Amino acid sequence: MTVYFLCLVLFCVGLYCILRKRNLIKIIIGIAIMEYAVNLFFILIGYRMNGRAPIHSPDQEILGMVDPLPQALVLTAIVIGLAVTALIAAIAMRVYEKYRTFDITKIRRLKG
Amino acid sequence: MNEKGMTLIVKTITRLTVGLIILFGIYIVSHGHLSPGGGFAGGVIIALSFIHIMLAFGKEIAFKKVNQAIASFFESLGAILFITLALIGIASGYFFLNFLSKGEPFTLFSSGLIPLYNLAICFKVGAGLFIIFITLVLLKIPGEDSEK
Amino acid sequence: MLELQILLVFMIIGAMIAVKAKDLLSAVIAVGTVGLGLSIAFLILKAPDLAIAQLVVEILVIIILIRATIRKDLPFSTSGRWFFNTFVTFLFMIVFLGFGYYCMKDLPGFGEPIMKISQRFVTEGLRQTGAANMVTSVVLDYRVYDTLGEATILFTAVIGVLAVIRKVGRKR
Repeated sequence: MTVYFLCLVLFCVGLYCILRKRNLIKIIIGIAIMEYAVNLFFILIGYRMNGRAPIHSPDQEILGMVDPLPQALVLTAIVIGLAVTALIAAIAMRVYEKYRTFDITKIRRLKG
Repeated sequence: MNEKGMTLIVKTITRLTVGLIILFGIYIVSHGHLSPGGGFAGGVIIALSFIHIMLAFGKEIAFKKVNQAIASFFESLGAILFITLALIGIASGYFFLNFLSKGEPFTLFSSGLIPLYNLAICFKVGAGLFIIFITLVLLKIPGEDSEK
Repeated sequence: MLELQILLVFMIIGAMIAVKAKDLLSAVIAVGTVGLGLSIAFLILKAPDLAIAQLVVEILVIIILIRATIRKDLPFSTSGRWFFNTFVTFLFMIVFLGFGYYCMKDLPGFGEPIMKISQRFVTEGLRQTGAANMVTSVVLDYRVYDTLGEATILFTAVIGVLAVIRKVGRKR
């Protein structure tokens, strides 16, 4: 129970960083922290106490394995998070080239 | 040519170890159905080995080994291989059917089409991440200090 | 699971340092430690596939972020209306955590998963697909359509980066 609560606190730290910071790179860091917290929460749901890793081996019985389905979902989610972070970083570099600053309160004009 | 890239120690260690990194990536991809790993992690490891060469030796020397045309070819090859393996059984009404023989469990040539799917994913992920890296590194901002 | 809770407290402290640091390079390195702690947490929770994937993806994210932050224009201070903003943010967070605490009571306790679908994957996976690694057999045989979607997302990200960085030239 306290493990779930600590995971939500990590999510809230990332949320604070997105809402309150004015630098574009800090916002990207906040998005990355939120995504780590959500992936961790998925794996915490599917954990069995004193379980085994979900890999068969020729000399052990199959009782007591942890849940393999959330692990498959999170494996996809990790790579998708990488793609999103790379795209946001490319857009941030392009914005710096146009406006010469990372401050989001100065990026107001729709300059093409 | 010692002023491009990093120092001599980094270049020597890179020459000795980058072959082992590529070999480790190929091992993780090919044993994806027997031990932890799979196509995604193995593809990223192979892309990281090429990035290692580029960071240690500078851009010009690394581009002689693998340039953007080869990487683009491998990414398209991975995508086309994946779709072709999916659409083989479309005449009988199956999509993504695992039709090859299952073989003996715990051997290398088992479990039908899964090793071929792992290979297609490895090509696609590795080449795509390499293209993202060289595009972000080669962008020159006017007013920035020299490329390092 | 005492070691898991200590690891989570370490990750929260690392995330707070990443939020508060004035220098951008220090913040990126602090995010690196959060990702490394997450990889160790995946090992404690018996998920070795995810530990390998998270470690190598974390390295790539740090390389890309360091490339984006080597600039000359660096920190400045926040100014204006900060008291009202901070108060509303903390109020929202307290409401969110309160609702989260109510929802946690409906979940099964930590360590007893409901495995309705996974029972069939675990007991019949080796016979039906022939793969010993069950996460691979779920990702590449039972749910392979999601892997096709993920390959499409990676392809779109590559095309997007190329389209954003391309230098648009004008014929003079």
